[in-house]
Amino acid sequence: MPGADKETDLGERIEAFLAELKRGGRGSGETARSTAALLRRITAQARWSSAGDLMEIIRKEGRRMTAAQPSETTVGNMVRRVLKIIREEYARSRGSSEEADQQESLHKLLTSGGSSEENFRQHFAPLKANVIEAINELLTELEGTTDNIAMQALEHIHSNEVIMTIGRSRTVEAFLKDAARKRKFHVIVAECAPFCQGHEMATSLSEDGIETTVIPDAAIFAVMSRVNKVIIGTQTVLANGGLRAVNGTHTLALAAKHHSTPLIVCAPMFKLSPQFPNEEDTFHKFVSPQEVLPFTEGEVLSKVNAHCPVFDYVPPELITLFISNIGGNAPSYIYRLMSELYHPEDHEL
Amino acid sequence: SKTLFFISFEPFRGGLDCATVEPLFYCSVSSDLEEKRIPLPSNSQSLQSCTVTVFILFLQIPLRSDYGYKVSLFSHLHQYSRKAPLTQQISIPATVIHPSIVRLGLQYSQGIVAGSNARSVALLHAFKQVIQDYSTPPNEELPRDLVNKLKPYISFLNQCRPLSASMGNAIKYIKKEISNIPSQCKEEEAKKKLLLCIDNYVNEKITLAAKAISKCAIDKISDGDVILVYGCSSLVNHILCEAFEKQRKFRVIVVDSRPRLEGREALRRLVKRGIRCTYVLISAVSYILPEVSKVFLGAHALLANGYVMSRVGTSQIALVAKAYNVPVLVCCETYKFCERVQTDSFVSNELDDPDDLIVTREGKTQLADWQSVKSLGLLNLVYDVTPPDFVDLVITELGMIPCTSVPVVLRVKNVDQ
Repeated sequence: MPGADKETDLGERIEAFLAELKRGGRGSGETARSTAALLRRITAQARWSSAGDLMEIIRKEGRRMTAAQPSETTVGNMVRRVLKIIREEYARSRGSSEEADQQESLHKLLTSGGSSEENFRQHFAPLKANVIEAINELLTELEGTTDNIAMQALEHIHSNEVIMTIGRSRTVEAFLKDAARKRKFHVIVAECAPFCQGHEMATSLSEDGIETTVIPDAAIFAVMSRVNKVIIGTQTVLANGGLRAVNGTHTLALAAKHHSTPLIVCAPMFKLSPQFPNEEDTFHKFVSPQEVLPFTEGEVLSKVNAHCPVFDYVPPELITLFISNIGGNAPSYIYRLMSELYHPEDHEL
Repeated sequence: SKTLFFISFEPFRGGLDCATVEPLFYCSVSSDLEEKRIPLPSNSQSLQSCTVTVFILFLQIPLRSDYGYKVSLFSHLHQYSRKAPLTQQISIPATVIHPSIVRLGLQYSQGIVAGSNARSVALLHAFKQVIQDYSTPPNEELPRDLVNKLKPYISFLNQCRPLSASMGNAIKYIKKEISNIPSQCKEEEAKKKLLLCIDNYVNEKITLAAKAISKCAIDKISDGDVILVYGCSSLVNHILCEAFEKQRKFRVIVVDSRPRLEGREALRRLVKRGIRCTYVLISAVSYILPEVSKVFLGAHALLANGYVMSRVGTSQIALVAKAYNVPVLVCCETYKFCERVQTDSFVSNELDDPDDLIVTREGKTQLADWQSVKSLGLLNLVYDVTPPDFVDLVITELGMIPCTSVPVVLRVKNVDQ
């Protein structure tokens, strides 16, 4: 039966996607795009009759996907975006304005009695097509994020500047390369042991003719006094405006604060996540301590604990500016951007 | 650098029969030079009217050439490659530089002897050898001649690896001791006295100081402490081992950094004693700091304005510790106090071999041919300075002092001497 075939085909694709997620190794931009594409396929091929059913299906798949790789937050972010799209399209089909539904004004809370009864049970024929079109728009937006951010580079970099960065971020790389077309400046890259992604970043930047210097992580504070700006990428932007970035970023941020050097974070909007930092084990991700203390060290290994955390938490007080595809924002504005991207009921999938 | 000496002599015209007298002259302008006795031609005619011009070229220690592209901010410093030691570039006759000094210089440049205490002790031992093998040339006084003999040795060692502050202080002490030898003292006695002085210096300033510092520092270690150390400081390792012997219950977190990875040596030493250790790289320090109760740091030198000069990365650890309100204690012997002042890590620092930063991961070496890329530079700093507001206490053999009391100690020491 063609219906069953479609479903097994969909199921296979989802399994393949989960396996790919578990393996890791893809950049966040790619993950975001493939997640959105998969959700579009689910919308097109799964069996649902009303918006509520679709949201249930997507929520279920979303939970599976985030469980496969909890540290990859872009997956969850895309799921929430699509849920918001569905809500909006449903509301538009119903004819009620989106603004009235979204506003959580004090007056509304008091008068409505606290429950917004929306069971999304009504069936609308053009809903499927509208949702798919909206997801296509989302995909177009995702494809243009790096270019949008890079276009703002000339507003932030002047000539003869010394810019410091850490590790490897494709967004920052594009940002700096775009500025280098018109301005001459110097970049210092902290290599970010033990994976030393900074080396790749440095070779890539220097191939474009940018004056680059590679420094070990230990020299970050020593050279910071001659740095004019610190520009970094991040893995996730948290709901309070803080960052979950590659380890060593907190030290870099503290050094920048000590020298009053502005810290600029280039992060596209799909990295914004409604999570808050917490003390539980879910924040940190660890990889094999073999990177830190290799097996060649011998006997000492059995008597020693070695840690290799991957991420660092950077509090919002240390950050000066966020540059995203919709422009520059202060960290204190992040909560507002988040309320425009995600519906509060979707924060918990 | 070449020292050019130009001596022009006009032989005296006197009533002597110049043909029979063979005037000899020798130059003793600097006792670095060998004596050159040049007999004049015994042609009477030439004696009357000759002006002898003697050029003496003496090759001092040749300069080691810099390696690789230097980052512009540090172009005033030298950057050498470990693969090209100084001895390959010069052919030193053995009479110029004592073999134990050559050996020491090679050990420094290859990193076999590293750490300020180790380098100072090795230097003093090598000088003991030099003094033992020394014999005063005739018409020379031991104090001045020996001091002058030491000069090329010191510049050779400086070319192998820039002198550390502790080595500088040790050299100043030796020179002072040598100059203070009374001139009527016999050579054997003088040599014995000098050797004894050097032994006393090592004993007092390094060995006994370490014991005094451990005693003070152990009071600061309480049961249940989690102590963070950075890199390999012989003094801090000594303190921790002593504290462990005295049955204090604590555990240690060793923080390490590329490219030297000295922390692994400290880890081995501590684990051998049975101390419980954890090991992380410096980028993970903000992850591990919430667990830490105290930070113990070693120092390379303490500057007169209260800044602590130490291995690169120390200031970072102090910065993050301050952000988490963890006390930072620096342990330093007083012979490392120096009268220099510095406010940043740029003006006087040391650049190590840039090739050390290259690493091969998963079969790929990203920076393998960094030299061929014109706009790429590698920076391998050795030292950095920590501002005094990050340091809570300095433990010396004279007691526990704040960072800002360093010039007081220096003044007291000068008055003593």
